[in-house]
This record gives sequence, C-alpha cells and structure tokens, in this order.
Amino acid sequence: MEARAFLTSLAGIYPPPRMLWRPAELAPYESDALTAFRARPRAVVLPETPDEVVATVRLCHRAGVPFVARGSGTSLSGGSLPIEDGLVIGLNRLNRILRLDPAERLAVVEPGVVNLEVSKAAAPHGLYYAPDPSSQSVCTLGGNVAFNSGGAHCLKYGMTSNHVLGLKAVLPDGEVVQLGSESLEGVGPDLVGLFVGSEGLLGVALEITLRLLPKPELYRTVLAAYDSLGAAGDAVARVVASGLLPGAMEIMDRLAIEAAEAAVHAGYPREAAALLIVELDGEATQVEAEFTRLLEVIRASGAYEVRVAVDEAERLRIWKGRKSAFSAVGRLSPDYIVNDGVVPRSQLGRALSEIERLGAAHRLRVANVFHAGDGNLHPLILYDGRESGALARAEALAGEILRLCIRLGGSITGEHGVGMEKREYLPEMFSDADMAVMKNIRNAIDPQELANRGKMFPGGEAPALLHSGPHPLEREGRISRE
Amino acid sequence: MTLRPASPEEVGAAVRGAAGAGARLLPRGGGSKPALSTPAEGVASLDLSGLSGVLEYAPEEYTFTALAGTRVAAVADLLAERGQYLPFDPLLAPQGATLGGTVAAGANGPGRQRYGGVRDFLLAARFVDGAGSLVRGGAKVVKNAAGFDLPKLLVGSIGRLAVLVELTFKVFPAPEAYATLAAAYPGLDAALADVVRLAASPLELHALDLEPAGTSGWTLWARLGGLAEALPARITRLRDFLLAPGGGAMAAEVVAAPADEELWQRVKGLDWVPPGRALVKIPLTPRRIPALEARLARLHGVEARRRYSAGGQVAWLAWPVAAADPWTAELDALLRDLDLSGLALLGPPGPVRLGVDPGAPLACRVKRALDPHARFLDL
Repeated sequence: MEARAFLTSLAGIYPPPRMLWRPAELAPYESDALTAFRARPRAVVLPETPDEVVATVRLCHRAGVPFVARGSGTSLSGGSLPIEDGLVIGLNRLNRILRLDPAERLAVVEPGVVNLEVSKAAAPHGLYYAPDPSSQSVCTLGGNVAFNSGGAHCLKYGMTSNHVLGLKAVLPDGEVVQLGSESLEGVGPDLVGLFVGSEGLLGVALEITLRLLPKPELYRTVLAAYDSLGAAGDAVARVVASGLLPGAMEIMDRLAIEAAEAAVHAGYPREAAALLIVELDGEATQVEAEFTRLLEVIRASGAYEVRVAVDEAERLRIWKGRKSAFSAVGRLSPDYIVNDGVVPRSQLGRALSEIERLGAAHRLRVANVFHAGDGNLHPLILYDGRESGALARAEALAGEILRLCIRLGGSITGEHGVGMEKREYLPEMFSDADMAVMKNIRNAIDPQELANRGKMFPGGEAPALLHSGPHPLEREGRISRE
Repeated sequence: MTLRPASPEEVGAAVRGAAGAGARLLPRGGGSKPALSTPAEGVASLDLSGLSGVLEYAPEEYTFTALAGTRVAAVADLLAERGQYLPFDPLLAPQGATLGGTVAAGANGPGRQRYGGVRDFLLAARFVDGAGSLVRGGAKVVKNAAGFDLPKLLVGSIGRLAVLVELTFKVFPAPEAYATLAAAYPGLDAALADVVRLAASPLELHALDLEPAGTSGWTLWARLGGLAEALPARITRLRDFLLAPGGGAMAAEVVAAPADEELWQRVKGLDWVPPGRALVKIPLTPRRIPALEARLARLHGVEARRRYSAGGQVAWLAWPVAAADPWTAELDALLRDLDLSGLALLGPPGPVRLGVDPGAPLACRVKRALDPHARFLDL
C-alpha cells in the first residue's frame, strides 16, 4: 500500500481532529521521557473506541506499516518512541474505567486510564491499586502493562505483572484475544504473564482487568541517617535478616539528599552521607509489633540519627523528598540519564563503590536514589548536553554500569524496560539460544515485526541520538524519572 | 519408554533424540500429580527426578535456585532452617511433589491467599525447548524487567511447551506464629458474604478456605500469621469481626498451634480428597461459586467433594472417575456451560484441560514458537 493510500484509509477510520499528520502536529509525539531519542512518525491517531484500535492495527497489518501504541509517553527507556515513518496510536482517550467491582476486588480499565485514577476510584471502597511508579499521576495502565512497571513497593507487593488478572488485546495481525480471567488463579500457560512486560511487541491491550487490594490499615515509617553509603546498605541487610518484610526500603546518597532538600525542603539531615527510609504497612497490631523490632534493628545499625514519622504529615514529608529526588537532581545539572540496573542485595555496596569509581573515571557526577529492598539501582548520571562529547561519556558510563549489574548477577532493568535505550545490552544478559526463543515467540505472533519495531531486540533502524533537555512534563514537575 | 536424564544437558539430548525416535515426551517429577505425568500409549516419560539439588541459596537475597526435580519438601526444610518459606504453599509436598511439577501445574496451596501464587514467586527458569536447546529466562534477582517473562509463561504449561530444568524462586520470611479461626455457617450465601467482607477488610489472612460441612452447612477457615506477640489480639479481632451482630457466622472456634499446623498440612497434602478420585482445579471468583454449586447439586449419582481456596478464587473438585471414556466428559461439559476452565491434577491420564480455553489462539502460536515439531504433548 502506498503512503498516500494508507493515510486515506486511516482517514476512513478517524475524523480530522483525531488524525495528526502535519509536521507541527507530530512534533509533541517525536519522543518520550527518554528525550535523547527522537523520531518522526508518519501520523498519529487518537482512537476513542477499542474497535478503532483494532481497525487501525488491521490496516497497519495490511499495509505493512509499523506502529507504536502510546499512552502518556513517560517511558524512560524510549519504549514509546515512534518508529520513523510509522504510526503512533495514542491511547489517552481510551480512558474509561469500565467496571469497578469492590466485592470481587477488581477493576476493568481501558489502556489510557492513568494509574493513580484507579486508586482514586477504588478509594471509597477502601481499596487501591498497588503498583506505584513515580509517574503514576500521568502514566497510563497500557504503558504499565507493556513495560511491567514497578515502584517503591515491589519486594512485598510485586510489579504490574503481579496485579493484572486478565487482558483483552489485539495482536499485531488484528486478531483479538482474551487472556487470563477475573480470578487470581489460572490454568494453562500464563499468557497474561507473557504479555505483561512484552514492551508492546506482542500487541495492544484493549481492556485490562486489575486486582485491587485493601488499603493497609497502618503505615509506620522511619528515616535513618548514616555517615557512609555502605553503612546504610548494611542496615538494609540487617532489616532483611531480621525476618521483617517492609513495604519499602529506599536509600538516597549525599548528592540526592542535597538536591531533594534544595527542591522540596523535606527536612532531611543535610550532612548525611546516606539516608535510609524503611516503611512497614499492614494490619495495625502486627505493624506496631514489627515496628518495635524494626527500630531495634535500625538503632543497632550505626545510624547517627533516627527519625520516626509520628503522623501522616511527617510520613508524607519523608516521602516527598524521596519522590522528588529525581526531578530535584535535574536542578543540579542540565541533563541526566537514569539507569535502572538491578544487583543482588548483597552486592549493593560493591556496586555503589564501583559506580563511584566509574563516575570519577568518566569525569561525571552520579547521584544515587534507589529501591534498596529489591536491589534496584537508579544511578543518575549528570551531564551537560551542550558540552561536546558529554552525552557520549554519559552513555558510555551508563553502559558500563549495566555491564556491572550483569557481572554481579543482576539485570539491566528492574522496571523501566529495555526499550530503545538498552536493546544492545539484552544479548549481554542472555545467550543466543535465549534470544532466539524470544525472537521465535515474537515471530510467531508478529512475523512482519510491526508492533513497536526496533525496541527490545538489538539492530533495526536507530533513530538520531540528540541532546535535549528534560521532557516538557518533567519541566513542569508533573513526572519524574524513576 | 522412560528416559532418565541426569543433567540439563542430558535433557536437551533426550529431546533431540526423541525427534529421531518419533516419540512425544511427557516430563515427570515426583509423580504426585498423576493426571499430568502418566504417559499414555506411545508417549515417552521423561523422568526428571535425577535432576535434584539446591544449587544456590542466599537467605539474605530472599532467593534460591534449584534443579527442577528437587523435591518441595527438601527445599521447605532448607528454607525453614533460615526462617523462610515458599509463601504459595506448594501442594502435595509429602507425596513427593517437585519444584518443576509445581511450576508446570501451577499447583498453589492455601497460602497463595496472602502474597500470591507460584507465578508471583518464580524469578528465573532454565528449560529445554522443543528443539532441544537449553534456554534461560528471567534473572536471579527479585526485580527484573528484561526481555519476555518466559518463567511466567511456563507456569501452568504442564510440560507441553518446554521441559523445566532449573528454577529460581523468591522466598519470604516465614511468619513466626499462626492461628486459625474456623467459622460455621448455616448456608453458602452467608459464608460467601463473609469471604467478600474479609477480602475488603484490612485483616491480612494467610489462608481463607471454604468447605461444605454436613448437609447444607459450610465451614470457613481463616488463618492468621505473623509475630507471636501480636497474634492473640489479631485472632480476637478476627473472631469479633466474624461474630459481629448481623453477621452470618453461627460460631467460631480458634485452632491454635500445633493443631493449626496439622490442619493446613492436611490441606496442602490434599488429604481431604477421597482415594480413587480425580482432582480438578477450577479458577473462579466468589460470585461464580453459587452457580457451580447449583450445578453440582443437580448431578445424578455424583457426590463431588470440593473445597474453595484463596478466598473463593479457586475450586478444588474431587471428581469420581467414571467408567465413561473420557472420564472427564461430563465435567468438561458442565464447565463449558458455566464458562469456566479446569485442570485435572489427580486421576488417570487423558484430557486434562477441561472447560473453556479463551487463550487458545495465542497459546497455539506460542506453542509453535517453542515446540515447532511437537516433541511435547498438545496444549
């Protein structure tokens, strides 16, 4: 099908306001939250019904036009980057919560529903949707499903995949399939498990059935200050060894503390080399008993200052500093790269000192804010894109950190996905045979490689790598890179 | 014919060798789920009990890696030494269930109520695909989003997509103490109302099972676990919650240790299933239980023993093995009528996937990718 014929067919599905093809209209869709990449799609369509999505995918299949389904474009791995001359299917208008069923503790949503809206809708019933990526006020469930998004509570509560019960999806050739059910249990291969985290390569989710949880009755939060990053890391090991299962364990280093303080005045001890936040949640009696034990562990861990959040306001202040740390670090530097590697918890200390050494070798500052409970590092590599060669140095450092994570027995990504950013590193984590099986699965579902072509697997066309500043939404402080 | 590989590499060789012999292969672990592991005529058994042993255990990481033929019971003992456990309560450990069989069958026990099922605790898997290649998916860390989630795909794949050879699990610290409340209800509606009420409450239950008692009564078993010092207050609260005025429970009795442990061991060991019965797993939700119950009540000459687990998210049905061929025909039709699916774990070989299978179109494509020459049985 010729380019003109494709656009004509597309115009048969979409009225002019919902089909964008003029250069000026396309510009906002040229990149996602990984702003170093940019590509110009042929067109952007904004479906309002699942049928329109299905018709669009079928048209792309007939015409051999690659497509990317996109929500709010908060991907940090370039996962929602357009394919050059391909189609962007913008799903933000498919934003209905189709069903909220408190008795069955589930919600059926369209892919354009914003993550936090599910919890808001469930709140009157005492329920919430657990996965909480930091961009949860803007990121959509369709993207969360595609990238198996995480958040600060993954050790205890799992990632997106652990909270999706069922899916209705259109495969890249236009076949509509139903996966999973409304039950937590299943029989047969776990197809929902395969689809979640497949980075848009296996199709587009049209309806997502989510599990809701009762809101924890009580949170107890403690902030501990240490005079070395290693000491904070050791404290995490002690908490784990104590048999407690905190909902969240987060560490920030000196640079991140400094940035957070400057940005939101969270009241953190400024002189600390590292801060540890540990939070317990659950049934009140149980949490109170656990918190007593937790404080014993923390007090014995060499913390020079221990602060217990006495009320909800103080708890939220502790979290505000943590949650704003990424965008706050953005104030320290015109540009930065967020890394998302994972190491076994016992290797945290080694990984952090190695990252420090690598940063010095590349003459780059690195701030660390990370999910210590699950070993998910988020080194923020600061650079100035206007300085010649700085981006290349930052990328080289990011690559060395990924290799370090692989060497220490971890993963190149904990929650951001491979996307465009890390696709060259996937074969370093997996063997040829491992990669072949993944490719075979993709090939059995999408032999033309239309769905999100160029992501996850190495090779394919590489878009121009450009320096640019933060994402417009990030500049407004609405999203953060975490 | 039975093949007994002693290493992952030998599993690969066995699969490649099967191609020449034209035989199809059915993996077998401990044989505790005979409906899934007994080969029919012309199918070769791939006995994985030789692939046994824990390869790595790092209590501080909450992870361990073991060969797929390792017995669940041995792993549970090892974890218990360090105060940890597999929270999904694998079924049939006393009968010799292996890790590989537990994953392949998706055989979650009552504990899946608290933190999730085997799908939520499987981090990485090595397996042999239909081409005989040794493949790895996932990573040996508690958080990972790199590549397709092949370990999850293989949960429930009953040895028909690949042969599992090595598995890495996430584990959790085990509760220090447990106690159970057994609440009696005059009928199903009252019991289900409390299942729903509990599910929306902040009470964090480690198990929530529902079982018929007598002719029309029901028993709800609600288990609490956690710190010993907090447990008495929590069990009192749970009791008050269920016996509050207006509630449907007639009585509630506390089952304390060690009776609590014995009670749940019997559930995990499926001791309630009468000898000679098949056992079928049926995923559902509490709202769909009354329709299933109504159908079961109308059956002629069949008294199906059953138990609802994980807050009414799964029905376990002990089904008489009829002389009819296949023995599953009547149940298969019943499940289709109710838009439910089922999987037989215990019982004679034959059709094991019952009822509806909405995922089949995608599953078939995945099957072609992993097992293009059909070395393993059809899904």
